[in-house]
Amino acid sequence: MEKKQLMENMVISIIQGDQVKAQETVKEALKVNIDPLEVVELGLSKGMASIGESFERGESFLPELLMAAETFNAAMEILKPEIEAQNKEITKAGTVLIGTVRGDVHNLGKNIVSMVLETNGFSVVDIGVDVPSLNFIEEAETVQADVIALSSLMSTTMPAQREIIEILEEKDLREKYFVVVGGGPVSKEWADEIGADGYGKTAVDAVHLVKRLLTQRG
Amino acid sequence: MLIVGELINASRKVIATAIEAREASTIQTVAETQKKAGADFIDVNAGIFVGQEAEYLKWLVTTVQEAVDAPCCIDSPDPKALEAALGVHRGTPMINSISLEKERYNALLPLVAGTDLKVVALCMSDQGMPQTTDERLAIADELVNGLVKKNVPIGNIYVDPLVQPISTNNTFGVEFLNAVEQLMTRFEGVHTICGLSNISYGLPERKLLNQVFAVMGIAKGLDGLIINPLDKRLMACIVAAETMVGKDNFCKNYIKEYRDKKFVFS
Repeated sequence: MEKKQLMENMVISIIQGDQVKAQETVKEALKVNIDPLEVVELGLSKGMASIGESFERGESFLPELLMAAETFNAAMEILKPEIEAQNKEITKAGTVLIGTVRGDVHNLGKNIVSMVLETNGFSVVDIGVDVPSLNFIEEAETVQADVIALSSLMSTTMPAQREIIEILEEKDLREKYFVVVGGGPVSKEWADEIGADGYGKTAVDAVHLVKRLLTQRG
Repeated sequence: MLIVGELINASRKVIATAIEAREASTIQTVAETQKKAGADFIDVNAGIFVGQEAEYLKWLVTTVQEAVDAPCCIDSPDPKALEAALGVHRGTPMINSISLEKERYNALLPLVAGTDLKVVALCMSDQGMPQTTDERLAIADELVNGLVKKNVPIGNIYVDPLVQPISTNNTFGVEFLNAVEQLMTRFEGVHTICGLSNISYGLPERKLLNQVFAVMGIAKGLDGLIINPLDKRLMACIVAAETMVGKDNFCKNYIKEYRDKKFVFS
C-alpha cells in the first residue's frame, strides 16, 4: 500500500479509536520503510488534531477523545522502540508540569488533560494530587518545564494557584514559566485576577493554550 | 425520596452574574420554580468566588428564603462559608457536605455535632478519589460512625457515595450503585444521596443518562437526589421508580402525579 493511503489509515484508526487497526497500520508502514517520525507526524498527530477539532465542534465526545489517546499510545508502543533503534528522537513541543494543588485530591480532569497534552506532542510530567505549592516549583526546575499547569476543584483550594504564582514572583522565577490554571470552579476571571498566563475549560483548550503560549515565546 | 434542587449554583453563568449583581429576582425565580416542581431543599452554591464565598452564600440563603418557604441545602467545602450561611438560615438546613478530608472533617464535625442539621456525608478522603465500592464503604464507615458518635442522628445523615462520569471509566456506574446498595443494607436508618448529573458529564443527551441512572439508583435503595427538578421526565422517572420498589402504597403517589399531569411532557 502506498504511503498516502497508509497515513490516511493511520489517521482514521486514531479517530475511530481502533487500536488493532492502528498497530497493524504501523507495522505495515514500518515494513515499507516509512520514517517512524513521519508516521507520528502525518498519521498519529494528525489524527489527534482531527478528533480534537471534532470534540470542539461538539461532534465527538470525551470517551472518543480518550479512546483516540489510548490508540495513539498503542501505536507508540510499536513506534517508540523503532525510533530509538534508528537513533532518532521525537521532538516534543514543550514540557508541561501538571498537578492538583495542595489540599485537593480531585484528579479526573487533570488526568484527561495530561493524556491529551501528551498525545498532542507535549512532554507531560504529572506530579499527582495534593501537591504542596513549593513542590510545583521545585519539580518545574528539575524537569525544566515550560509550563506549570495547576488544577483545583474547590473554592477552598483555588488560592493555592495564586500562592504558587506569588512564590514564583518572590523567587524571581515568574518569567521563567508559563502558569496555566483549570478545574471546575476556576474561570478566566480568576485566572486574570491571579496573574495566570491562561485558563482552559477543556483538555483541548489546554492544547491550544499551551501551543499559543509556547509559540509566542518563540 | 428527598429532592434537592441544584440550579442555584455559581458555576452556572446566569447564577454567577446574578450573584455578583445582587439580582435577587433572578435567584428567587429559580428558587420558586424548583420548589413548585417538587424540590424539598434548595441547594445554594457560591463556590467560584474565592474570598467572597461566605458573603455571597449568606446573601443566597436570605434571598431564597425571602421568596420561598423551604430549607436550603448549603453547599460549600469551606467551613467558614457554611458557618456564615447557617447564621442567617431560617429553619433546619442541610449541610453539603462533610467528608473525611482532615481539615474539612475537623472544622465541620463540631458544627453539626448534637444538632438537628441534615448532613451530606461525601465519600472523599485525603487518600484520593475512591474508585471502587469497597473504597467508598471504608470512607462511609468512618464518616457515619464519627457523626453518630457525636450525636448526629443517623436519620439526618445522607451519605453521598460520589458519582463520577461514566465517560471516563466504564466501572463508575456499578461501583457507585453497589455502594448505595451496601450502604442501605449495612447502616440501618441512614440515607443516601448524590449529585446525579456528574454521571453524564462529557456525553450527549445527558438528560437521558441522568434519568436512567436515577432509576437504577432508586432500585438499589437511593433515597435522596440533588438534581434539576425542572426536568419533568426525570421527576416522572423518579416517581415511577419509587412505585416500582414498593415505596408507594396502592400506587397512590403514581396515580396522584398522573392526575396532576406530571406525566405530560409536551
